[in-house]
Amino acid sequence: MNESMNFSLITSEIFLLCALCVIMIVDLFQRDKERVLTFTLTQASLIVLFVLGFNSLGAERIISFDGHWVTDELATVLKLSIYAITFLALFYARSFISHRNLMRGEYYLLTLFSVLGMMIMVSANSFLVVYLGLELLSLSLYALVALQRDSSVASESAVKYFVMGGLASGFILYGVSLIYGATGSLLIADVAKHFSENSIGLVGQFGLVFIVIGLSFKFGAVPFHMWLPDIYHGAPSSITAFIASVPKIAAFGMTMRLLSEAFGQSISQWASMILIVALLSVILGNVIAVSQNNLKRLLAYSAIAHIGYFLLGVVPGTQESFSAAMYYIIVYALMTLAGFGIVIFMSSENKEYQKVTDLRGLGRYHPWYALLFSIVMISMAGIPPFIGFWPKLEIFRNLIINGYVVEAIVAIAFSVVGLFYYLRVVKEMYFAEAVDAPEISSSRSLKIAISVNCLLLLFLGLLPDSIYQYCLTAFNLMG
Amino acid sequence: MIDKLPILSLLIWLPIIGALLVIFGSGQKHKGATQWLALITAGATFFLSIWALFEFDSTRYLMQFVEDEPWIESLNIRYSLGVDGFSYPLIVLTSLMTLIVVISSWNNVSNRISHYLAGFLIMGGLMNGVFAATDAILFYVFWEAMLVPMFLIIGIWGGPNRIYATLKFFIYTFFGSVFLLIALIYLGMQAGSFDILAMQQLVMPELDIQKLIFFAFLIAFAVKVPMWPVHTWLPDAHVQAPTGGSVILAAIMLKMGTYGFIRFMLPIVPDASMAMADFMIVLSLIAVGYIGLVALAQKDMKKLVAYSSIAHMGFVTLGLFISFSLVAGKHIDAAIMGIQGGLVQMISHGFISGALFLCIGVLYDRMHSREIADYGGVVNTMPRFAMFFMLFSMANSGLPGTSGFVGEFLVIIASLQVNFWIAAFAGLTLILAAAYSLWMYKRVMFGEIANEQVASLKDLVSRETIVMIILAVMVLAFGLYPAPLLDIMQPSVEHLIDCNLVSKLSPEGMCS
Repeated sequence: MNESMNFSLITSEIFLLCALCVIMIVDLFQRDKERVLTFTLTQASLIVLFVLGFNSLGAERIISFDGHWVTDELATVLKLSIYAITFLALFYARSFISHRNLMRGEYYLLTLFSVLGMMIMVSANSFLVVYLGLELLSLSLYALVALQRDSSVASESAVKYFVMGGLASGFILYGVSLIYGATGSLLIADVAKHFSENSIGLVGQFGLVFIVIGLSFKFGAVPFHMWLPDIYHGAPSSITAFIASVPKIAAFGMTMRLLSEAFGQSISQWASMILIVALLSVILGNVIAVSQNNLKRLLAYSAIAHIGYFLLGVVPGTQESFSAAMYYIIVYALMTLAGFGIVIFMSSENKEYQKVTDLRGLGRYHPWYALLFSIVMISMAGIPPFIGFWPKLEIFRNLIINGYVVEAIVAIAFSVVGLFYYLRVVKEMYFAEAVDAPEISSSRSLKIAISVNCLLLLFLGLLPDSIYQYCLTAFNLMG
Repeated sequence: MIDKLPILSLLIWLPIIGALLVIFGSGQKHKGATQWLALITAGATFFLSIWALFEFDSTRYLMQFVEDEPWIESLNIRYSLGVDGFSYPLIVLTSLMTLIVVISSWNNVSNRISHYLAGFLIMGGLMNGVFAATDAILFYVFWEAMLVPMFLIIGIWGGPNRIYATLKFFIYTFFGSVFLLIALIYLGMQAGSFDILAMQQLVMPELDIQKLIFFAFLIAFAVKVPMWPVHTWLPDAHVQAPTGGSVILAAIMLKMGTYGFIRFMLPIVPDASMAMADFMIVLSLIAVGYIGLVALAQKDMKKLVAYSSIAHMGFVTLGLFISFSLVAGKHIDAAIMGIQGGLVQMISHGFISGALFLCIGVLYDRMHSREIADYGGVVNTMPRFAMFFMLFSMANSGLPGTSGFVGEFLVIIASLQVNFWIAAFAGLTLILAAAYSLWMYKRVMFGEIANEQVASLKDLVSRETIVMIILAVMVLAFGLYPAPLLDIMQPSVEHLIDCNLVSKLSPEGMCS
């Protein structure tokens, strides 16, 4: 269906924008240091968005606003997971930022702005709108990282992030301009139509290469990963937890719109590029993570490896493999949030948690949290019955079905390397002798958030269908 | 009444739920309540497995106590359970050994006992799941999940070098199983479902593909058995593990490798197994011979028993792979004998190695040393213990009348039909087994009292005696009258030979 100017299709986006304005004004008049009202309103608007999104599940695909906007199941499911994980991430952030002079209205507002950017990214149906959403997201994130003005590390990361992110955006924009030159249109549907009728040509190929590079930059895939560990390490932990998890879901949406929909006819062209990037990420990410002693850097390199696995899911280029990749990225976001949640949880009021060895003694003094964190690590390593196993299984299954057996074996062999450093974290918690009890956060909301998040990894692992069926319907694969 | 119960689900989930109660219910403060709760759970599980044994129809080869529920519909993965003559004895063995571990750790573990017991209960449930699963992915889930509690048990309660040992154990076995996963995905794709029985029905016309799958299975299962040369994790893990961990490792976990051979490798890729049978026989003989010599040289009792486990598991793999030549030469009876010998050896080794590790644990609790040289003349201070230790050492060396004899005898008889020299070599190595078992016994137990610590040793307490009696009865019972065990396995073995060891290169000759 094609409709123009049907504003009911962007109710969620309009609602969020209005809510943002209201929260901004309400926050101005707040004297409360803890910003309870701002927090509550932010979370309430996320809940409303979730309900709105949930109600539009199962609707048919509609293209509107002269072809610039698309509302389909893929967008809805991705948006739902964005809301849910942002909601959880804000719970993590609350006590952390209040101890670090970050408890300002801007924190919530910028988070919501980035959510709006992500919503636009996943629903965009033209290169221009994709770019619009991407920039809204990126600018909010740069500002979020820079929010801790008095920290030199955070400021440095913010600058790095800005420069690198700007470069990546530039790549994408240049790619888009080349594509526009080749096809004469910015609408994804027109581009797809053009390339299905004509061969891709040199200009189109150039544009495609630039877009793939830009996307790899945004994902932090090898060899465009250099910025990622520094920024994950330098940013305040609660912000790292957010930028490492949720925006990747939106970036997946963008990948689908750009690569699968616009360049659906030239899969062989981009799949071979993505394959190299993915395998390099799996290999390098896993190997370098082994030597990391800082948990945040360890998780950053493990994130690179995870992105590699996820990109391997995109490589076969079938609808089924896309849904596997989508499953992977949602689960990845949930696990990464929990992973950085550990860092937040272990950072007490005046101490920033850093080293893996700081977890020593957790198994003896706080067995419940040691158990939860072990679940996170073992799930990241991809051991059943935890949720991390199932998307990996699906990725490997799709690789094997489509004949990428050697690639699957390489990837799976490097997951054994991955196991080693995840187990190192478990080892520190349980096996190493500790002199005294490690300090943990005392915030109740944080305790509840991390318990819920980690137990989700177990329960969703026992019922893997609960997420996967939505990923399958997003690609019209369920009866 | 019992056929109304989801008996296999109970055997899996009862210990796990019990473990959760043990962890969250009673906590560290109420040590007694914790232990009784664990004991009741393990006892109930064992009782259930025995009760179901009476309902088990040992005249059928089909899966029994079948449960089949959809689990992950989008992937066509089902929660399907079932047991046959191969798996049910192993489930009973698992339940029994879990109970024994709970009893034997009664006063020996002071550090976080509730977590220790819960770890074993969870592992017991998961191991039952491995043996009961008839869906390949479900099997894989249990197979992997089981590593986690063992990893923690060795790492938390193990010896000085436990961290190295437990990481080696986990990474070795995980490395093996990732190849299993790839093979299972491929087979699931070919068969259209992850049902193991459907995989067994698959026609596989290309020998090269069969061989690839064979090697994927081999890496996974050979690490677990463990076969030479991928056995090196086992002595480390055994030496560092606490007594209970060693018992479960030797008695149950090693059996999963050979169970994997029987359940997956032999029926699914028979042609590749046939082609590689000689290779496997050579590996088995190396395990029996070379590792036997290695065992002879050990100074640490646990290491000695660990190496002897590898040697004894060599008999199991020998029995399984010798059967191919026998089937080819139409010696069906001998083939049945070979496989049955391997199976009996699995069960029997479960009792004997478990018992030996418990005996070493008894000594270690008192002396805090596993070095043979630290002992001598223990028989003077611990006469009752000496009697049990004697019996198990004899059983380990394959004395007639003990269960250790039955399996090895059947395997040797079967291999005699194929090649005299294989049988002769395997038979000669029995002397090695006698040498390392009895020499260790002699050095530890006989002679003058070596030092004051030995002089002050106390004999078995009643809790330890109960455990020893149970195992001694098992070893003697299956040694003197193995018929019930053989009967349970018979139909499954026959079915394996009639239907599954036939060529899968073409649909001809395959049972429908």
